[in-house]
Amino acid sequence: MLSRVADSCLWLSRYVERAESAARILDVNMQLILDFEDQSSDLPQAPWKPVLDVLEQRAAFEKKEDEITPESVMEYLTFDRTNPNAIVSCVAYARENARTVREQISSEMWEQINRTHLYLRDGLGRAAFEESPIDFYRHLVDLLHGFQGTTDATMIHGDGWDFIQLGKYLERADSISRVLDIKYHLLLPGPAPVGGHVDITQWMAVLRSCSAMEAYLKINVGRVTGPQVAEFLILHDEFPRAIRFCVDQLDAALHRISGCEASHFSNEAERLCGNLRSRLNYTTIEEVFQGGLHEFLDHTQLELIKITNAFTQKYLQWKEE
Amino acid sequence: MNGMLNQYEVGDFFDEMFSAPGEVRPHYKLLAERFAAMDDEEFKRKGLLAENSYRSQGITFTVYSGDEGTERIFPFDLIPRIIPSGEWEILERGLTQRLTALNCFLDDIYHDQRILKEKIIPEELVLGAKNFRPEMCGFSPPGGVYIHICGTDLIRDREGMYTVLEDNARCPSGVSYVMENRQAMKRVFPNLFSKYNVRRVDRYAQDLLTTLRQAAPHGNPDPTVVLLTPGVFNSAYYEHSFLARSMGIEIVTGTDLVVQNDQVFMKTTAGLKKVDVIYRRIDDDFIDPIVFRKDSVLGVPGIMGAYRAGNVALANAIGTGVADDKVTYYYVPKMIKFYLGEDPILPNVETFLTSETSARNYVLENLSKLVVKAANESGGYGMLIGPHATQKEIETFRTAIQADPRGYIGQPVINLSRSPSFCDGQVEGRHIDLRPYILSGEKVSIIPGGLTRVAMRKGSLVVNSSQGGGSKDTWVLKPESPGSKPTTTDTSRSDGQKQNQQQTNP
Repeated sequence: MLSRVADSCLWLSRYVERAESAARILDVNMQLILDFEDQSSDLPQAPWKPVLDVLEQRAAFEKKEDEITPESVMEYLTFDRTNPNAIVSCVAYARENARTVREQISSEMWEQINRTHLYLRDGLGRAAFEESPIDFYRHLVDLLHGFQGTTDATMIHGDGWDFIQLGKYLERADSISRVLDIKYHLLLPGPAPVGGHVDITQWMAVLRSCSAMEAYLKINVGRVTGPQVAEFLILHDEFPRAIRFCVDQLDAALHRISGCEASHFSNEAERLCGNLRSRLNYTTIEEVFQGGLHEFLDHTQLELIKITNAFTQKYLQWKEE
Repeated sequence: MNGMLNQYEVGDFFDEMFSAPGEVRPHYKLLAERFAAMDDEEFKRKGLLAENSYRSQGITFTVYSGDEGTERIFPFDLIPRIIPSGEWEILERGLTQRLTALNCFLDDIYHDQRILKEKIIPEELVLGAKNFRPEMCGFSPPGGVYIHICGTDLIRDREGMYTVLEDNARCPSGVSYVMENRQAMKRVFPNLFSKYNVRRVDRYAQDLLTTLRQAAPHGNPDPTVVLLTPGVFNSAYYEHSFLARSMGIEIVTGTDLVVQNDQVFMKTTAGLKKVDVIYRRIDDDFIDPIVFRKDSVLGVPGIMGAYRAGNVALANAIGTGVADDKVTYYYVPKMIKFYLGEDPILPNVETFLTSETSARNYVLENLSKLVVKAANESGGYGMLIGPHATQKEIETFRTAIQADPRGYIGQPVINLSRSPSFCDGQVEGRHIDLRPYILSGEKVSIIPGGLTRVAMRKGSLVVNSSQGGGSKDTWVLKPESPGSKPTTTDTSRSDGQKQNQQQTNP
């Protein structure tokens, strides 16, 4: 497969995942605020700051806007085309990448991403947003899930598909680690007592941000605590939005691309990924907390960047001879 | 006549559907009956249905005005253009003849130049042509074919005679719409297809791939074929992608390719892979910055070296632009006679070469009555339509012709035939042309029909998509189809030659 095409498949997939995770985080935050409004909470606009932090948009936002209001944040993160990380931009980039590889992906995939792009661009999405932001974000998540489902169901599971998996799981692992990192720090030193009502609500929001609420409750019946949530989102090996699961999938995709036997490595990306994978496979949440959750997540993010650089060099970049 | 067609004005033109007001031509009868049963609203609904399917499939082209490119749908008209089988047979023979002669011409001027030596065509007109490529002299492309893919534009005049307006022998576009239009029509009017026996167009991609494979160097039976595109910002990118997909070949940009030791490779995740045939949708000027335009970032440095070493085939060959030069066009009937010893089956439009003194004087004196075209422009650019032009535009062309007589030609204004088209909520006559796509490999093949382009603006004679043109599906009927033999000419057939002329002149 052409290196340029592989690169576009990867970024197509990354942008779809990025848009989806932003939409879900905004949806969850809307709901969180409604919950607090019921209890006349002491958190008036505070929940919007961490949203900007999780999406790494705080600095850019503050450069452009004076005040953090729910409206300004949602607008900036959803519809503002001058913001390259707004949902509308991510979907447009995804579509642009899809357009350059149309002959590689299925028509169904192209039509799904094109429809999503037109929905956001042509005012239909805006009208739905004015009507009900929560419904709007959910519908958007549905559309983007539709893209992923269509991808699995209609595209040849060859190299292109493998690069799509790389993009998806890299972005997802990165996003989960950011949600956890920021929420955890926000929650721990907070004014609300640990284990109190606000605390539990916030942890539930973390789970929802990762689509993990129901899955989590099946395993940890009725108990929502910080360490258990962290354990679930970092170390679970069967939940598709756990970091360990994502890294397993990355490792598998890298091996499919090279044809190298599992548990062996044939290039630097595979070596680094295998390393990270065994770290996630053979650690416990207690160990993670001993070394510091933030340090652990930070290290994981750095390793993901190294893996990305390694396979980019191996497969995607051609130096002029 | 009732329904949508009852207000239809035939006007003082050759109308594809009506021989006179209220008189439907035989091959359009079934269609007219079906449309008579529909009202404007139903038709509008069907139009929206088609438009939505184009939009969601992203079948668009990009128009550049100012800095910003916008994606537009190529406007699609639901009323098909129908060509009876007898008419098509003649077009097919005429186009095959024309392409055979054009390929002979290119082979000749890049080798022995017999046609110049025998003074059939003035030497300076060919050797001085902007798109004559001295780099090609003495070189024979694999298989000896120069124009593998040609889009020749045909029009019908006041009497309905098919006439060649121009050949597009460089990178003709539009063929994807032939296939997409057919898909849309099948979706919108499934029943009509079962009644008419319409010839299929969907084998084009396979025919094209066969043609490209036959062009492979050294008769390689299993060549790697790629399509080279300028990129996603090119106005025809959709088509490039469509064709690559339909053929199952890679679509590449210049930066995906690299030349080493006069061989062309593409950069893949599994290393460098050799490329044998390149269907290039990039003009000569941009294809190799070492040989042609130095500022080109679209091409592949060194590709001309690989081509001349015979290690890679390009389709079309380099240097075909001299064949679709509008001055060369004037000589195509003479070429047919010279190389094939035959009379041209399809005539040219009467043309005045402004490089000749008397013709130039005539053109300059009659600018307000003539069409003037720049010899090397395409896409409806660089053109003056005298009767529709302002005095200022006329003077601009006058100056330009005087400064560069070789750069222009003049032609009488031809009122292209009209076809009923659905515009602004009602059916009105609009001018149309026809671009068939001719493939030359080991033999010449043409998919039945081609792209019928429509000048959607009332009264306009310009059908180019960049100038507000649209298109409609083109149905070539099988001989057994209802109304397929044009009855108007049946009585006057006698010998072969006469029959040809009669059928093209109904």
